[in-house]
Amino acid sequence: MKARSKRLMLVGGGVVLLFAAVALVLSAFQQNLVFFHTPSEVAEGKAPNGKTFRVGGMVEEGSIAREPDGITVRFAITDTAKVIPVSYKGTLPDLFKEGKGAVVQGRLENGVFQATEVLAKHDENYMPPEAAHAVEQAQKAATTLSQ
Amino acid sequence: MIPELGHFALILALVLSLVQAVVPLVGAQRNSMALMAVGRPAAQGQFFFIVFSYVCLTWAFIQSDFSVQLAASNSHSATPIMYKITGVWGNHEGSLLLWAMSLSLWTVAVTVFSRHLPDAFLARVLGVLGMVSAGFISFTLVTSNPFERLLPAVAEGRDLNPLLQDPGMIIHPPLLYMGYVGFSVAFAFAIAALMSGRLDAAWARWSRPWTTIAWVFLTAGIAVGSGWAYYELGWGGWWFWDPVENASFMPWLLGTALIHSLAVTEKRGAFRSWTVLLAIGAFSLSLLGTFLVRSGVITSVHAFATDPKRGLYILALLVIVIGASLLLYAMRASKLTGGGSFAFVSRETALLGNNVLLTVASASVLLGTLYPLFLDALNLGKISVGPPYFEAVFVPLMTPVVVLMMFGPFLRWKDDDLVAAVRKVAPAFVASVLIGFGSAWAVDHVTWRTVLGLTLAAWVVLASVQLLAGRFKERAGASVGARLRSITAAWWGMWLAHLGVGVFIIGVTMVGSLDQHLDVKMKEGQHAELAGYTFVFRGAVDADGPNYDAARGIIELRRGERLLDTLTPEKRVYRAQGMPMTEASLDIGVFRDVYVSLGEQLADGAWIVSLYYKPFISWIWLGCVLMGLGGVFAAADRRYRRLAAREAAAAGQRVAASA
Repeated sequence: MKARSKRLMLVGGGVVLLFAAVALVLSAFQQNLVFFHTPSEVAEGKAPNGKTFRVGGMVEEGSIAREPDGITVRFAITDTAKVIPVSYKGTLPDLFKEGKGAVVQGRLENGVFQATEVLAKHDENYMPPEAAHAVEQAQKAATTLSQ
Repeated sequence: MIPELGHFALILALVLSLVQAVVPLVGAQRNSMALMAVGRPAAQGQFFFIVFSYVCLTWAFIQSDFSVQLAASNSHSATPIMYKITGVWGNHEGSLLLWAMSLSLWTVAVTVFSRHLPDAFLARVLGVLGMVSAGFISFTLVTSNPFERLLPAVAEGRDLNPLLQDPGMIIHPPLLYMGYVGFSVAFAFAIAALMSGRLDAAWARWSRPWTTIAWVFLTAGIAVGSGWAYYELGWGGWWFWDPVENASFMPWLLGTALIHSLAVTEKRGAFRSWTVLLAIGAFSLSLLGTFLVRSGVITSVHAFATDPKRGLYILALLVIVIGASLLLYAMRASKLTGGGSFAFVSRETALLGNNVLLTVASASVLLGTLYPLFLDALNLGKISVGPPYFEAVFVPLMTPVVVLMMFGPFLRWKDDDLVAAVRKVAPAFVASVLIGFGSAWAVDHVTWRTVLGLTLAAWVVLASVQLLAGRFKERAGASVGARLRSITAAWWGMWLAHLGVGVFIIGVTMVGSLDQHLDVKMKEGQHAELAGYTFVFRGAVDADGPNYDAARGIIELRRGERLLDTLTPEKRVYRAQGMPMTEASLDIGVFRDVYVSLGEQLADGAWIVSLYYKPFISWIWLGCVLMGLGGVFAAADRRYRRLAAREAAAAGQRVAASA
């Protein structure tokens, strides 16, 4: 009997521990998900205010401008339908170029997207899937409208 | 002609792998020595043909034979010879061939070093390895033929991705693959044990050194990959929780659980079903890792919609491996009960807790890696799971693992006294809390993470000293040499690996708390300050390489008036693909790295320069080296060789008696 109750205690303790660990993982998961929005969704106000999210699309031609400090850079992300102005402090990825795909992560503040991270393509053939998705969505929407 | 020979050799290897998968298993079932004996030559012949095939492919790269599709896409006539050779595995098809070659190498190693195993058991192990091999070689041949011709041939190749043109990338993939694939041996041993129904401690003992060596390779592979990311990606991070990294980290976590669980099964006969499940799980995660990295599913799940053949094939392979092994497990599970019982306070309990936590940690990485892919595949929206999630999960999950690691070696098997154990552990704990707070205060960074990290690290180091001292005292009368010799290699292995965890934690904590970073715009002659260092920009010069054009910045690193180093970060453009690359420059030290990379050049001629100060970052890799070294010691323990000799002698006697 004694050995049995000890065993039960061990199993019970293990199950409690397991549940605690799983609860921890799931809550951390929920709190740290970063959602993706297309520039059109952001323009429609569908993106959360004051919360981190991602926007992807093409870097608009002629939009990249350096502030006098040389470190802050402004550019715009577009899905061909809507344009979101972005501000970012730091070095840009090697493959960040006007007219090419990019994804930015950060928050929306006063209509300007304050990026903490800028992701560009890994190589010449590859476009960030989120950026491609955004442009595709906008073009789909455009064809639906024109019909 | 040579590529066709390579292709043909690969087909022969497939035939031999099928022979190896079927004949020895039938032999083991019918108890036919003749059939079982086929396994060894089949495995060795297969190895010969795969190596031959691999050399043929490498030859196409070295010769810049751009009528071979793979060479045309991943090599260039001006690529340095080293990167022509490594370019072979810098792509999907070639890396599959490398995978098959690693598997074949492990199999041959098993045939060479496991002569002492019972014939039927070895036959089953070879049979299982043959099945895995047949699966992978047929996958390569059917969906991803590396010898595919490109007709008409192109005049020039597209070159290897510049990120992969780096010494770190020469050794990283082979190490990682040896690790991934090495778990197939642990898997094969577990399955062979399930098949034979012989699930005593013997198979755990046979499987232990193999599993440990595979784990060493995986540890080394991950560490080299992390080091490569650190200096090659140009922004000073050492781990990004990127799906590609996670793919190798999941089997590592489960593999770590497995080597500890195997210890319990070998020593005490307990945890048998758990060990079998871990062996199956670690190998399945290795397969999943290969799938994630090499199928393109990470870059876009929708890429599969256009070419689903590869994805479906490997997914089917995964389902068969997991499904069949779990089915076999379910059929034999009733035989897996029993083993040594143990009390609540015992080394077994500590190891069980550590196993559960490592498994949960592995599952949390799996969730974070696969969930976004699932959502995307089902068109339910796009999300990303970044470092904040993994950090939020890993600190609370790994802290108890380290605490259990502190208790484990002080606890006795089977039954121990909690009060006595706490008494043994307490002094080091109290001292390390003081050290943790004190050192966090000394570096002027008292946050709970820093204090926790430094406390745990100090505890690991102090406990290691205490363990060693305790071991030393055991034979009080003997000479120092005799005392050292009385400690087994396995014990040294445990000690080193655990100490490595402490060193690793110091590195992670210090970099996480105290690293500094500054992006500045610099013109020739201008200087910047960071972490007490002065950086003087001396302009940029042209520094073209064999297959790229580059600008090289000259930056003097000074402390006060003293010149410490001249750093030369580069901005390269690889000609073949017009791809820009940032090549960072480092001043490496024991207690800190200074890391400089070049951003873009502005219209007025000034450069954006990124400066980083990375305290204790090399301790991260030093910790990994100690862990890996620990594994080497553990696997080299004399008792495995003694055991092998004894069992071989016993087998010899049996043969003599039956003759």
